Amino acid sequence: MKINEIIEKINARAATSLPEEDFELEKAFSSDLMSDVLTLEEENILLITGLANVQLIRTAEMANIDVVVLARGKKASPEMVELASENGLVILETPFSIYKTSGILYSNGLKPVY
Amino acid sequence: MAIELNFTIEGGDFSNAGKASSKIKKVLKQLNIEAKIIKKIVVAVYEAEVNVAAHAYSGNVKALVGENDVVVMVSDSGPGIENVELAMKEGYSTASKEVREMGFGAGMGLANIKRNTDELKIETKVGEGTTVTFSLNYS
Repeated sequence: MKINEIIEKINARAATSLPEEDFELEKAFSSDLMSDVLTLEEENILLITGLANVQLIRTAEMANIDVVVLARGKKASPEMVELASENGLVILETPFSIYKTSGILYSNGLKPVY
Repeated sequence: MAIELNFTIEGGDFSNAGKASSKIKKVLKQLNIEAKIIKKIVVAVYEAEVNVAAHAYSGNVKALVGENDVVVMVSDSGPGIENVELAMKEGYSTASKEVREMGFGAGMGLANIKRNTDELKIETKVGEGTTVTFSLNYS
């Protein structure tokens, strides 16, 4: 799925600027456990989470995650946006729950990591 | 010739944990090291930084980036680890509730450092601190 398509399907708002050229994401992972995210070998994925802190953005940076979706109305802080922008990471905010977001993206072809 | 990078970490300062791994990542990228290798090493450094922020009073990270490998030493002044074997076990953690709420403290950190590196050495003294040294060859 392309980022713009993802934004449309989950009623998301981009907290960071979007890449000039939209790209295709193949896989996603949902977790609130950063320790678990740090064990993933898969790269260039989308992460759906209920967390919204700077550690999430650091984790995404180290794990080579391309897009982070903050579920259920969580907002990205200015520090999170700054750090994400420095590293070319996209943050999306959706009003939907982790379950609903995962379900919608899964049924639209975004594959699971496991 | 190896490039030496040094960073300090304060206990409890989670907003700065990740600065060392972030800088190391940028240096390795400039050296055109393979992305998968970079990820392994920076995940290990980040886990170690989070450990210092979560458990110690203060610490420092020293990374030696060489032609064929990278060696990282993370030393802290802190409580030390009472039982290293237990600490290495996945799922075992002494992290606080606050640390868990941030998405860490699941008892996976040291095991994940081991998984991502070639060699891992843990030296610790209860009441004094811990030094974790690990390396990864990329030649």
